[in-house]
Amino acid sequence: MGIGGGSDMYRQQILDHYKNPRNHGTLDDATFSHSGENPSCGDTIRVDVRLEDDGETIDYVAFSGDGCAISQASASMLSERLRGMTLDELAAMDTDDVTEMLGVDISPMRIKCAVLARQVAQDGAKLHEGEIDDLDVTITED
Amino acid sequence: MEAPEQEPYPLDVEAVRGDFPILQRKVGGDVTIPGEDEADTEPLVYLDNAATSHTPEPVVDAIADYYRSYNSNVHRGIHHLSQEASIAYENAHDRVAEFVGAAGREEVVFTKNTTEAENLVAYAWGLNELGPGDNVVLTEMEHHASLVTWQQIGKRTGAEVRFVRVDEDGRLDMDHARELIDDDTAMASVVHVSNTLGTVNPVGELADIVHDHGGLIFVDGAQSVPHMPVDVGEMDADFFAFSGHKMCGPTGIGVLYGKEHVLEEMEPYLYGGEMIRKVTFEDSQWEDLPWKFEAGTPVIAQGIALHAAIDYLEELGMETVHAHEGVLAEYAYDRLTEYDDVDIYGPPGDDRAGLVAFNVDGVHAHDLSSILNDHAVAVRAGDHCTQPLHDKLGVAASARASFYVYNTREEIDTLVEAVDDARQLFA
Ligand SMILES: Cc1ncc(COP(=O)(O)O)c(C=O)c1O
Repeated sequence: MGIGGGSDMYRQQILDHYKNPRNHGTLDDATFSHSGENPSCGDTIRVDVRLEDDGETIDYVAFSGDGCAISQASASMLSERLRGMTLDELAAMDTDDVTEMLGVDISPMRIKCAVLARQVAQDGAKLHEGEIDDLDVTITED
Repeated sequence: MEAPEQEPYPLDVEAVRGDFPILQRKVGGDVTIPGEDEADTEPLVYLDNAATSHTPEPVVDAIADYYRSYNSNVHRGIHHLSQEASIAYENAHDRVAEFVGAAGREEVVFTKNTTEAENLVAYAWGLNELGPGDNVVLTEMEHHASLVTWQQIGKRTGAEVRFVRVDEDGRLDMDHARELIDDDTAMASVVHVSNTLGTVNPVGELADIVHDHGGLIFVDGAQSVPHMPVDVGEMDADFFAFSGHKMCGPTGIGVLYGKEHVLEEMEPYLYGGEMIRKVTFEDSQWEDLPWKFEAGTPVIAQGIALHAAIDYLEELGMETVHAHEGVLAEYAYDRLTEYDDVDIYGPPGDDRAGLVAFNVDGVHAHDLSSILNDHAVAVRAGDHCTQPLHDKLGVAASARASFYVYNTREEIDTLVEAVDDARQLFA
């Protein structure tokens, strides 16, 4: 089915990441951590990032949280995707990159769920780099 | 398996469905293009009637008729069209009064919706009458329309806001209500039928308790008037509100009923044209009820269309409407309770209004509703504007199927198949 299609959104990959999340948990030696929520679904995500010694390259990512399959699977996939990327590359990720990573069309009503983890990771990196300093939790924007 | 013998529907569903062309729609294509196109291939199953109901042909005709043949401002022109529009608009108030058992048009104010009716009373009455030492009694199952409004008026006036507990079965704890309602209770605002639990509340009994203590009661009838016979006089409500778009009418119109002597003593809510009798640079005098509360050019087409919607529902008969939904609610309840991992909120199947809110273990309500959407089943997913109640139930969200005069058991079967599909996907 088309753009609003539910089953399309729940292809095996998404369900697999939802049921068996990768890199789930927190990191004791994280370089930075950040949390966010998507009020429309009640999804919450925390992302812990450990950088390599160069201070730029992402070594390891863990996530934890609660919410719908799209938000949690997206966080799980992102935790794999980000390893080896630089903070600049993370900052450059847009919504299309997320849907491409998920491999499915996300209906307009559910985009916020899909991009939550990316946004949390990006805001966490910005806080770490001192580009912003007054953000407690990320709230997905409309 | 042979299908069990099923009792006939209380009304002629096929004939009713014929009055609602939108029910023939197919969906599933590009949602940025409104209306049906080639990419829409799945027949719609519409079970989101508690959010908004569909509009039958006679009501669409009434709107088109108004704009095509007598569109005009009301109460202003002496010209022919204005007189036609004014009379039709005023008659709509009479029709509403008759429909809900009000004394007459002076007790029927047209608003934008239930929410505005609630705010009208909160601002025009609450801000003037409430203060520290007073309390406003709500229930834990209030819709945000009432909950947020009185919560904020409470903050502004210093009045305390209290909540009557909802018990395990989704019913009001009436002992708790008797405890909370006291001589300082100035207002109680109570939902007649819960849009989440499907509970039908004993509003007449609550009105008696509140009145014994000298307070007023506002009954939110957004989910009762569309679905069952209602008599505001019999329940002795001081205020009562509902929305046109949930009862075969258009959006943009709601009704505030108020007892004449209560409305008479209230200050206006909005000032401007239409609501005044005489204006000088120094002061103004208000128009008679109900016009005192209808400032500016009112909801003329919508009011006239609401008249047509009431005619349509009364032609079916409100007892029959109620009976039909009862059949569907019980059927849906029974079918969904076949699954151990489906949680349904609210009272049992034979004691609820025509809606069922539920969750499937391990499936977030928004995932569930996306999968239902894939089966072209329209339900509401979220907190249904009862966030605190969902907190109490311990869930962030639920899915809600709600029924109306045109729904069938087959549509509920489609719903149940889709729910089963979601269960299996997530198993
Ligand atoms: C019980 C209840 N009260 C109030 C409302 C608010 O209605 P409206 O959005 O038309 O103002 C609704 C519907 O959304 C409702 O179900």
